[in-house]
Amino acid sequence: MRRLMPLLALAASGCAGVQSMTGGAGLGSRQFNTLMLAFLIVTGLAYLFVLLFLGGAFVRRRRENVGNFMRPLLIGWTAFILVGIALLTLLSFLDDRQSALAGTGQPPLKIEITANQWWWQVTYQDPMASRTLITANELHLPVGRPVEITLKASDVIHSFWVPGLAGKQDLIPGRTNHIRLLPRRIGLLRGQCAEFCGMQHAHMALDVIVEPPARFAAWYAAQLRPASRPATALAQAGQAWFLSHQCVTCHSIAGTTAGGRTGPDLTHVASRRTIAAGTLPMNPGSLAGWIANPQGPKPGNHMPTIAMSGAELSAVVAYLGSLE
Amino acid sequence: MTRPEDLPRDGPALQGEELHRRLSVTWGRAPGLWGWLTTVDHKEVARRYLITALAFFSFGGVLALMMRVQLATPESGLIDPDRYNQIFSMHGTTMMFLFAVPVMEAMAIYLVPLMVGTRAIAFPRLNAFSYWLYLAGGVMIWIAFILNVGPEAGWFTYVPLAGPEYSPGKRTDFWAQMVTFTEVAALAVAVELVATIVKQRAPGMSLDRMPLFVWSILVTALMVIFSMPAVALASGMLISDRLVATHFFNAAEGGSALLWQHLFWFFGHPEVYIIFLPGLGFVSQITETFCRRRVFAYPAMVAALLLTGLLAFGLWVHHMFATGLPRLGYAFYTAASMAIALPSGVQIFCWIATMWESRPRLEVPMLYVIGFIVTFVIGGITGVMVASVPLDLELHDTYFVVAHFHYTLIGGAVFPLLGALTYWFPKMTGRMMGKRMGLTGFALVFLGFHLTFMPMHFVGMMGMPRRVYTYPASMGWEGLNRLSTVGAFVLAIGLLVFAGNLALSLRRGRLAGPNPWNAASLEWAPASPPPPYNFAHIPVVGGHTPLWDDHGRLTYMSGLRVDDRELLLTTAIDATPDLREPSPTPTIWPLLAALATTGLFIWSIFDPWAVVWGSIPVAITLTLWFWPKSREPATEPVIE
Repeated sequence: MRRLMPLLALAASGCAGVQSMTGGAGLGSRQFNTLMLAFLIVTGLAYLFVLLFLGGAFVRRRRENVGNFMRPLLIGWTAFILVGIALLTLLSFLDDRQSALAGTGQPPLKIEITANQWWWQVTYQDPMASRTLITANELHLPVGRPVEITLKASDVIHSFWVPGLAGKQDLIPGRTNHIRLLPRRIGLLRGQCAEFCGMQHAHMALDVIVEPPARFAAWYAAQLRPASRPATALAQAGQAWFLSHQCVTCHSIAGTTAGGRTGPDLTHVASRRTIAAGTLPMNPGSLAGWIANPQGPKPGNHMPTIAMSGAELSAVVAYLGSLE
Repeated sequence: MTRPEDLPRDGPALQGEELHRRLSVTWGRAPGLWGWLTTVDHKEVARRYLITALAFFSFGGVLALMMRVQLATPESGLIDPDRYNQIFSMHGTTMMFLFAVPVMEAMAIYLVPLMVGTRAIAFPRLNAFSYWLYLAGGVMIWIAFILNVGPEAGWFTYVPLAGPEYSPGKRTDFWAQMVTFTEVAALAVAVELVATIVKQRAPGMSLDRMPLFVWSILVTALMVIFSMPAVALASGMLISDRLVATHFFNAAEGGSALLWQHLFWFFGHPEVYIIFLPGLGFVSQITETFCRRRVFAYPAMVAALLLTGLLAFGLWVHHMFATGLPRLGYAFYTAASMAIALPSGVQIFCWIATMWESRPRLEVPMLYVIGFIVTFVIGGITGVMVASVPLDLELHDTYFVVAHFHYTLIGGAVFPLLGALTYWFPKMTGRMMGKRMGLTGFALVFLGFHLTFMPMHFVGMMGMPRRVYTYPASMGWEGLNRLSTVGAFVLAIGLLVFAGNLALSLRRGRLAGPNPWNAASLEWAPASPPPPYNFAHIPVVGGHTPLWDDHGRLTYMSGLRVDDRELLLTTAIDATPDLREPSPTPTIWPLLAALATTGLFIWSIFDPWAVVWGSIPVAITLTLWFWPKSREPATEPVIE
């Protein structure tokens, strides 16, 4: 049955993309597939009965009294529904308990995610303050290790959802929620805010990279380092412009004086796959387009358009592009 | 010797033309505009409700088409996000508050007094008042939307997104006041319907002989009475937060964002059943007529309606599985949500069993019943799925859920409604709807519906969330989305064919006569359309199917006044004659009171003091509306 499920899911959803809930890269998604199959079998039987019964009522030719089988049939149907929903309720409950206990044997990776209109702040927590890591819109996870994510919201309600890993959990102002993940397969996934959160709800995605523990450790170490000094003259000019304008009131770049906290941390921005929470691919062209006119691709977002010349723009792009 | 013209009551000496003439004078209204504005006839008010609700249905449908065009291509720039968010908020708001609930009220207001065999609805002036308020609320929110101040935080207006900080301006205030308008209207109608059903049934129509449609309306009306106060409270708190800076929902000041969700869904989930229980009632009446036999297992059907009504109040939390409430408590709501499958499944069984034991006539209303069963059961199945916590945590807020509730609401309420409109059109207008156009309309609606919403299950499972104004090209969602868009246009064409059939049949339809389908319930006894007084004599009911029993001869009682509006009240359970009750005459005051109330509600969007000063005209109009009559009714002995 477990082998059959991916096939079935594939048939059901056409193809399993990076955001498919039948992808099965995490424990939650795998359980979803198994449980969904059980639901499809029980409810499918019920639907089949309804269709046959309905079809029979119209195809049937002889209309004389058919005896008194209708009453026992109704009792049988009622019993089937009762047993069916009792079974499915029980399965759901056991499934839920099982995922709550998932991976409790090993120490989990602890992450705090704060949702903002319309981006994700990701903080890897560590007892050592110097090993606490802040990044944005991208989540790297070591395969096979349980992850415990603390979920908070700074403004309105959002919902953290990486369909390929597990179900969703809301981030609610004034409350703290938790979700446990157990990534089982290496690969690239995509998550997206699932609770309507305003104008740019559609552009609030999150890249999720499940990787081998060694690669994860290397990535972690690289992210912990402060930003590299710009090497080229152009990039240096870009840094100077960045640090002397309003960019720093919202953005942080570790190792510089930029310490704003209302926008995404940019220390290693160029190492990420996308910009503006999954809106544009990371490359100099879209960086330039984004900085020159943030309201173009993502209208209504909170990044203002800052007047700059073409030369200044290419300098800033060169600088940000160097922050790997 | 008293002449018939002088007799105060109907009876053997006062029958036929003379009785019709005198009852028409007593129960009629003034001609012209004045009469139109002052009428309290439940059939006229219901017709207005119906036309208005269908107009809002078409507006909401146009919004749906706009969304489908936008979503047909990825990263479409056709509609900007601010407009799109207003459009989907208005689509939900219009369909739920301005179409689905009012259209069911409209059918109930029209049919219930006729089905229970009485001359008027209880509290007819309140009925007129409720219509004017509903109209005012709907027109207000649509004008606001056209002026770019439409709600943009969804039909569910979750706080804090809808709160003063993240939804500045007046958009959400218009939404909240629209809720106030419609909830006052819905509560008024619910009270009228409960009173009519409980106290005005024809003699002999004991509770266990009531038509199933009347049962479904009784349960629905009680649900309105118990659920609307929750949303009234919630929208009142929201307005206070926005207008006078209370902090009910502000977490930073000790309020709670989840409080809104609890209150909203405590109303919102019963709301869904408020919409489809009348649909189930339509299905029962249509099945009975076209199978020419009583619906199988009547007591089970009634029990199923009651159980649905009760369970509806125990499952609001299944809208909140992702909010992080205590996990073990969810099991209760899962069980309660799945338990809905039981009464629904039993009803589906009983309808099919009725067809099985008879030779069903495949008229257009019956086709809609078949379409309903085939479609609604799928919606029920996906409903069982989203009741499961682990499944719901993935499926919640995706297009899978969009598919699910359109299967239940269009399949469970709109299909039966279209069948019911075809079925009762002859009663309301005196003419039959065209059969060929009816069949074409049904085929297009059925195919278009499934083409639109079936793909949404799959695109949802592929990860497409709800309420997004666009999506990236790389997700593989566009093929299924395009299919949905094509389907939406097929569905729209089907509905246009239905509307065209309505319009054409109004003029050219075949004359129907009182009972064209040879149905069994009382509304088919009077002429089509019924006279203002409904029944010349009050019918006496001796069974479940009064027009089929005793070779179609209906027994009547007499003795109600003909020179004064008088109703017969019967006892609540057994429907034995109890009292004679005067029924109010036409008056302008409900309209003026509604205008004053409208002024208060809209003014209060801009100034909290409106609640104080605006209540003065409301008080004046209400006082004059309820001014006691000085005339004592003529006393004379009655022989029952």
